[in-house]
Amino acid sequence: MVAQQHSVRSYDEELKFLVARIGAMGGHAERMVERAISALVTSDTALAQRIILDDKLLDDAQREIDEKAVVIIARRQPLAHDLREIIGAIRISSDLERVGDLGKNIAKRVVAVSEGLQPPRLFRGLEALSDLALTQLKEVLDIFASRSVDRISSLRDRDDNIDQMYTSLFRELLTYMMEDPRNIAPCTHLLFCAKNIERIGDHATNIAETIFYTATGRLLPAERAKDDRSHHIMMAPMLRKAGE
Amino acid sequence: MAQVAVQLPEQESSGEEQGTRSAIWLMLAAGLAGVAVLCAMEPALLWAGLAIAVLLSLIAIMALRPRRIVLRDASDALVRTSDVLPEISAIDLARAVADPLIVFDRGGVVVHANPAAVAVFGAVLPGTMLQLRFRAPELQHLIEDALHGNDPGTVVDYVERLPLEQLYRVSVTLLDRTSGLSALVFRDQSEGRRIDRMRADFIANASHELRTPLASISGFIETLRGPAKNDVVARDRFLGIMQEQTGRMARLIDDLLSLSRVEMKPMLKPGETADLRPILERVIDTIDQRAREAGLKVVPNWGEDGFTVLGNKDELFQVFENLLENACKYGRDGGRVEVSLGRRDDAGEPGIAASIRDFGPGIAEEHIPRITERFYRVDVEASRSQKGTGLGLAIVKHIVTRHNARLLIRSQVGEGTEFTVFFPERKKLLE
Repeated sequence: MVAQQHSVRSYDEELKFLVARIGAMGGHAERMVERAISALVTSDTALAQRIILDDKLLDDAQREIDEKAVVIIARRQPLAHDLREIIGAIRISSDLERVGDLGKNIAKRVVAVSEGLQPPRLFRGLEALSDLALTQLKEVLDIFASRSVDRISSLRDRDDNIDQMYTSLFRELLTYMMEDPRNIAPCTHLLFCAKNIERIGDHATNIAETIFYTATGRLLPAERAKDDRSHHIMMAPMLRKAGE
Repeated sequence: MAQVAVQLPEQESSGEEQGTRSAIWLMLAAGLAGVAVLCAMEPALLWAGLAIAVLLSLIAIMALRPRRIVLRDASDALVRTSDVLPEISAIDLARAVADPLIVFDRGGVVVHANPAAVAVFGAVLPGTMLQLRFRAPELQHLIEDALHGNDPGTVVDYVERLPLEQLYRVSVTLLDRTSGLSALVFRDQSEGRRIDRMRADFIANASHELRTPLASISGFIETLRGPAKNDVVARDRFLGIMQEQTGRMARLIDDLLSLSRVEMKPMLKPGETADLRPILERVIDTIDQRAREAGLKVVPNWGEDGFTVLGNKDELFQVFENLLENACKYGRDGGRVEVSLGRRDDAGEPGIAASIRDFGPGIAEEHIPRITERFYRVDVEASRSQKGTGLGLAIVKHIVTRHNARLLIRSQVGEGTEFTVFFPERKKLLE
């Protein structure tokens, strides 16, 4: 991207640079996921191809942040809040890089799903799920910008909505597969896409926890039992009937 | 009588030559002269003369006054510009700008965000790094360029897709070279984009959803013209079904239009407030009859306080009307519907909550996260028999999102469902 020569003058500016890079990474990750879903829904394979290439930007940015962070730690030997800030930057950037990978993975499936015209109802749930996950990611990054950690707990609770939605989508896609074997291939890809989106929500939660730690020096209370109940779903006879 | 005849020619000629002002003075003089002459000749005309003189002088005063005021204002304004303008703070000026405007310094740190920006982007507090809040790659480039002192003349389009789609045309202007302050201005371009999108969505939804009833109607017509041509009983039954289907199509179109309308509207006007209590009372009045027909009692539950939130009265009315209507449709066996209003916390955030709770069969857990999707139906048959279109909750959800509020749904199978619209307490950022 902008490979500008950053003549870093002061420690403060070094820190600021790290943080600003995270902002840029966040923007890229959000954009990639958003576009991947839209490529999926509109069967836009060209857009999908561009997204796959874009992932390199995120990888590069993450590597850059890692290197810069190591250099700062070595040269300045930061303590307390500054140290947390740097560790936080490393962690958040790796989460964002993963989000980008998940976006890329969705983009890669566009070709497979768009073979044969899929009915719009197949995508409706996926769009709703991705809206939830992207809202979560956006809010987390907005919190990172404003440092208003008091909003984090309500955010973490909303991750449950994503899990519930994912479970429901899982069920729905299974039903479509049972309705018509020709649906199996695209629906399997969509299942993976849904799982990816659900994982993006998890990364958003991770970032929220990192932000809380950076700002307060404390860890958020331990994660409640995580439960997206899709692992319990089987092809129960009742479900089979509903599919007919 | 003689006076008037004398005055008129004088007035006209002087009016042409010297303007109205001298004409009025001449009129006055002539009037007074006339009065004096008449007084000498016939005292009985004295009063009439006086009256005319008073009238004329009144006219004179009226004609002169506005002019004098204008003069005074103009000179005042001169004084004001030179003395007072520098004292108007930049913040006052920024407040007057209707578009979101954010002032930032050389390091890309927000110095000030005007109320329009706060209304649209939430609290962009001073000290926030601009590059963290506006992360879209195009904006990153724009801000980067501005911070490096490159020509900030470019304009980029920026889309905020969530929670509601907004399109802005963004530009950066350097305000002051010495302090390095610049302004980021967002011009809202969402209208056009939304219209395009709406059109596409509407056509897609309408064509998809109208196809089913249409197919069934045309099937019945075919049967009526063919095999059931002379079957009176069948004809009557088929016509009944056809009427039902056309009714459904009409409702669908109504709801689609209504959804399009709420989606079309731009963001809420900042500062618009509504008291929830009278809104809920009105909703209950409207629905009461229908509820009683369904064998339900609507039980309101709130204190005497007002509960004022940021929002639009008509839209909130539509939200609660839809929710209460649903409660009446699907909560039949419960016997009552509770409507409550009060302050409470959601996930640790204080706010105002308005809930509508029915005691019907409830909604199974797997459906809850999805019932606000368009055309998502828990039970297609039940929805059809209740004349549902599958759009009511989508409309509710959209309006609630526009209000920065949250729709919370709690339900237990067999125990009923509670829909809560939760308005988080906004910190008073503007004061």
